[in-house]
Amino acid sequence: MLRDSNQIVLKNIYKNFGNVKALKNVSMTTDSGKINCILGDNGAGKSTLVNIISGVFPADKGEYRINNKTVEFLNPHEAISAGISTVYQSLAIIPIMNIYRNFFLGNEPLNNEYFKIIDKGFAIETTIKELKKFDINIEDPKRLAGTLSGGERQLLAIARALYFGAKILILDEPTSALGVKESNKVVEQIFLLKEQNINVILVSHNIDQAFILGDKFFIIKNGEMVGHFDKLETSAKSLRTILEK
Amino acid sequence: MIGGEFDLSIGSLIGLSSMSVTLLTVEAGISMPLSALITLILILSIGYLNGITVVKSGLPSFIITLGSLFIVRGITIAVSKIITGRTQIGGIKSSNGYQSMSSVFSNHLTIAGTDFPISIFWWMLFGVLGYFLLKHTQLGNWIFATGASQESAKLMGIPIQKVKISLFMLTAFCSWFIAITQVTTFGGADVLRGEQKEFVAIIAVVIGGTLLTGGYGSIIGAMIGALIFGIVKQGIIFAGVDADWFQVFMGVMLVSAVLVNGAFRKKYAQG
Repeated sequence: MLRDSNQIVLKNIYKNFGNVKALKNVSMTTDSGKINCILGDNGAGKSTLVNIISGVFPADKGEYRINNKTVEFLNPHEAISAGISTVYQSLAIIPIMNIYRNFFLGNEPLNNEYFKIIDKGFAIETTIKELKKFDINIEDPKRLAGTLSGGERQLLAIARALYFGAKILILDEPTSALGVKESNKVVEQIFLLKEQNINVILVSHNIDQAFILGDKFFIIKNGEMVGHFDKLETSAKSLRTILEK
Repeated sequence: MIGGEFDLSIGSLIGLSSMSVTLLTVEAGISMPLSALITLILILSIGYLNGITVVKSGLPSFIITLGSLFIVRGITIAVSKIITGRTQIGGIKSSNGYQSMSSVFSNHLTIAGTDFPISIFWWMLFGVLGYFLLKHTQLGNWIFATGASQESAKLMGIPIQKVKISLFMLTAFCSWFIAITQVTTFGGADVLRGEQKEFVAIIAVVIGGTLLTGGYGSIIGAMIGALIFGIVKQGIIFAGVDADWFQVFMGVMLVSAVLVNGAFRKKYAQG
């Protein structure tokens, strides 16, 4: 399914936490159909930037525009309604809950509005169908999510975000907890998100992997944007040189 | 407990409910259904207070409700003594509205020549309702999610505070219900009604497979746990074993159940 184009523009963003200057004059533009990578060390300000985009807290100063309209999100729900979904490292997947209930967690489909009864048939069918799109074949979505592999859980969280209307998808270190094989599975599927015209914002400190996947690279160091490149202008080696300088 | 919290105040709420209903009916002369309703409002407010204190303070409900256990029990004893000078009150059977209350809460039904107390049917009805609520409704899903992982539930937009407060109000309601069946059965109240019922409830639920950490369990399991508790309690006497061994047996059952449940959780929580 092709989604409509959405451009995010951040201009001269500042954010302080007490005396700590977490972000200083950060600007970036991300587009649909592209994988936009935010690279940086731990504590460089990646999470702060992601939290501003996803509505966890606002910037102190600066402009945040989506499709040329200034936006101000008071909480993550407003951002989600605007089509911005975040898949955090914790995934918000509950291992001791079954797969289809995880898929519809907080958005349960109801077949009776008054008694709020869950439409299980629909939930199960949809879960199977949506996971298949990510090459995961689940015969029994009543299994506990804890029985899924790490990669499958990551893809479950992504599939869920897309099903509920994400047009801009923020992935926070999607492969950091995974082994090589699992990681490849996830990388392959993230790459395919481009075909759906999703605006993917990938947060990572794995430069090699990000370079294979990404179209655009933003490098953050000590709260400042020290460089942004298109794929053709750079290489994994030169990205690393800038990051480690 | 599936919602991730304990309510230790239920036993004391049973005592308070039975005392409140009896005092209002016998001493204040209010008809029994009305005093039961007034008591229900009082009990639900205490449940609400338990809930709001837990969610706003972020402290373990174990401690908060342990506190309310003592507060409620203490108030029940003190107030009964001030008003009547006694800790046991009877005489509700001759009061206004007792007949209609007793026909609902403590009647007997005869099926195939055997007498069954109506409370058994209430027990089954609440079991079925609870099962349906947990397994088939949105609120049920939210209860599981809140108990398993507050952070995940919050990220997915579940109002975890509301879920928890309503659960504390629900346990309070159940205490009230038990108290009413006891008052109509025994025709009076005792400040010590419901003592240690909080432990019985936890034992039944844990033997029934509910995780102490929340997020997993079932009503059917808890009902089976309660049955085991009841059968052993009665059966141990018929089996000719000294009833003192009952507590030992329950303790062993409880610890074994917790170990098994814990092993299960470990297996799936990490994947």
